[in-house]
Amino acid sequence: MASKLSSLMENRYLGWIGLAIALLAPFVSATNYSLSVMTSALLFVMLAVGLNIVVGYCGLLDLGYAAFFAIGAYTSGVLATRYDWSLLATIPVVILAAVIAGVVIGGPTLRLRSDYLAIVTLGFGEIIRITANNLEITGGPSGIFGIPGISIGGLDLSSPVAFYYTCVVAVALAVLGAARLGRSRLGRAWRFVREDEDAAEAMGIHTYKVKLAAYIAGAIWGGLAGILFGAQLTAISPQSFTFLWSALILMAVVLGGMGSTPGVVIGAIFVSVLPELLRGAADYRYFIFGVLLIVVMIFRPQGVWPTHAVERSARKRRTDDDSTVEVNQ
Amino acid sequence: MSAPPLLQVEDLRLSFGGVTAVDGLSFTVDEGDILSVIGPNGAGKTSAFNCITGFYKPTGGKVSLDGEDITRLRPSAVAAKGVSRTFQNLRLFGELTVLDNVRAGMHLRIKQNAIDALLHTPRFRKSERIATEEAHKWLDFVGLRGDRAAEARNLPYGEQRRVEIARALARGPRLLLLDEPAAGLNHGEKNELLDLLGRIRELGIALVLIEHDMGLVMQVSRRIVVLNFGKEIADGTPEQVRNDPAVVEAYLGTEDETPAGPAHAEEEIS
Repeated sequence: MASKLSSLMENRYLGWIGLAIALLAPFVSATNYSLSVMTSALLFVMLAVGLNIVVGYCGLLDLGYAAFFAIGAYTSGVLATRYDWSLLATIPVVILAAVIAGVVIGGPTLRLRSDYLAIVTLGFGEIIRITANNLEITGGPSGIFGIPGISIGGLDLSSPVAFYYTCVVAVALAVLGAARLGRSRLGRAWRFVREDEDAAEAMGIHTYKVKLAAYIAGAIWGGLAGILFGAQLTAISPQSFTFLWSALILMAVVLGGMGSTPGVVIGAIFVSVLPELLRGAADYRYFIFGVLLIVVMIFRPQGVWPTHAVERSARKRRTDDDSTVEVNQ
Repeated sequence: MSAPPLLQVEDLRLSFGGVTAVDGLSFTVDEGDILSVIGPNGAGKTSAFNCITGFYKPTGGKVSLDGEDITRLRPSAVAAKGVSRTFQNLRLFGELTVLDNVRAGMHLRIKQNAIDALLHTPRFRKSERIATEEAHKWLDFVGLRGDRAAEARNLPYGEQRRVEIARALARGPRLLLLDEPAAGLNHGEKNELLDLLGRIRELGIALVLIEHDMGLVMQVSRRIVVLNFGKEIADGTPEQVRNDPAVVEAYLGTEDETPAGPAHAEEEIS
């Protein structure tokens, strides 16, 4: 039974299974309410996958991740409402803004050791929110209204069903992209830094640059999720980006299993959907939610679907009879 | 004038507050040389290694590679110049696979960028394949018997030592610094290490060892530098060092609290 479960966990078609579930979900229930819950869950998945690059792959604790989410949402929201850009056209600007924000925050802070980094990122999250609260262009405390839906060419994708499927495509690409980065040269370097910074340096890896790259990648994922968030709600305000968001996204990552893509996806769905499922419990729902989280963390501290090192190429390897291969420099 | 030596350490000094860890160390290593740095615990051997590889910033002196000053470079830059190292207390990436550990050494030579990785371009696939093949080659070279897809921390200690050397070799060094490579190895493993060191030298890689196992040091080294209290007290062939009275005296004076006669000292060193 246990081996069956672990072989399921290593299934390489896992991504397709997840995509199929996401595509079929509206056929189970397609009320406006359930579509809104499912769309929110998708956004949460995208955020968690982005934060997972920073926290899970690279081992940098970030308590202010909602800041990048806010920067994406505000950048696209302002451009769309005040300058009549289409949301798709704001993507490059959002990416640029996220990169700049990543460099500005990451640049000075990534030289710090992890505890200090956590405090600084926490402060940064608050600074962004308070700045949005006080600037005129961001609409101050009341925020931005009337953010248009997404449309491609003349095709309007703002109906709940169409928007849900748009999000499925976008989030699927985001999950695939993060997972691919994680299995690349850069992704390995992130893990080397997480495991042992000195040993990584000794191998010629510029650990500071590698950490900054993780931070920037996380910022881009968060910023792009912000565009979808604005499109879903049509209105954003500083209240949308409180510390609670950062905490919940981090919770999704830790709960699912840091560094594990399927784990983080499940963690995100769990954290976003469970409070909705508990609505029947009325005032007790967050209490039950909290207790459940504590129970999971006690019995499965490594996360519901933890990562473990896998070697894809090893299976194809020849048997070890020629152990004295000549090595040419 | 002849070409500068591969590694030249000149009057290297390092102090932490009032404690002087390295006090005016100088030595050179030529292409393809094997040099050992010995001395009692706390003599400053590992500190010297850390200065050479950029982990500590020396308070004085100069380290140059091929005549180029590398004293102030960060460790990754020193590694990029072709100086590779292992650590006294194994520093493997424990939760990663053995192959991934060795791939770390190839980081600078894997030709792919983030776009290649996102799109899985042919360049990505090719570079990954080459990295894997080369990782296997180096693991073959060090004679690893254990499971290469396993997490590195699950290998036996001796095997982990081999993985660390394979990782350092995969960096493609011209100079390899090994910090106590024989520590914790049994007799058979030590013999295999001796053989491995010989084969590394055949690749044209110069070696600097910190080692406590005198049998191994005497057998493998062309030259030996002896440190005590951060100061260099001898530099010569194994034969010269073995017979140097200052070495025998200093070496045993701190390592062994009980007074030891010269006869005992002779036995210890040879």
